[in-house]
Amino acid sequence: MDVIERIKDQLGSHPIVLYMKGSPDFPQCGFSAQTVQAIKDCGVQFMYINIFEDLEVREALKEYSNWPTYPQLYVNGELVGGCDIIMDLHSKGELQEILKKAA
Amino acid sequence: MTSELIKQKLNESIQPELIEIVDDSAAHAGHAGARQGGGHYNVTIVAKIFDGKSLIQRHQLIYQALSDLMKSEIHALGINALTPSENK
Repeated sequence: MDVIERIKDQLGSHPIVLYMKGSPDFPQCGFSAQTVQAIKDCGVQFMYINIFEDLEVREALKEYSNWPTYPQLYVNGELVGGCDIIMDLHSKGELQEILKKAA
Repeated sequence: MTSELIKQKLNESIQPELIEIVDDSAAHAGHAGARQGGGHYNVTIVAKIFDGKSLIQRHQLIYQALSDLMKSEIHALGINALTPSENK
């Protein structure tokens, strides 16, 4: 399977997918840590992909989504945002709405 | 100075009414991304071009303008992208 197929497969396998640095229990970047916390606050299950463990996906996803940094949160296959947007949505209470609807 | 480069690139492609860049690199010195040489910056930018665009689309415009810099000079970019009416 080529890398784009693999990304599509990942995005199709769970309604909420977070591409991040490290894991939810051991995030390896402050922005990934903040984003994980915001999602946890919403009380939903999500799938994560540690981009440090898949360098091919790490590079290809940046092109795929026209988004050069991590974390990246996807809901139903659509990019919702990176850390700034997630924190902004969370502070307005909109993140929970989006995630609950999808979960 | 990377801040100046960021400002220049954004001025060219986004033509903002207001732009402010804060170099926050010192606060992140020592962690992995910073060791690779990329800095942390916060950008506040007010531009007409953001009218009718979602947050995702606004950020993508900015990332596109800075694509060369995102590869090495910039490790992290905080973005606050507003339309002129949102800034009032």
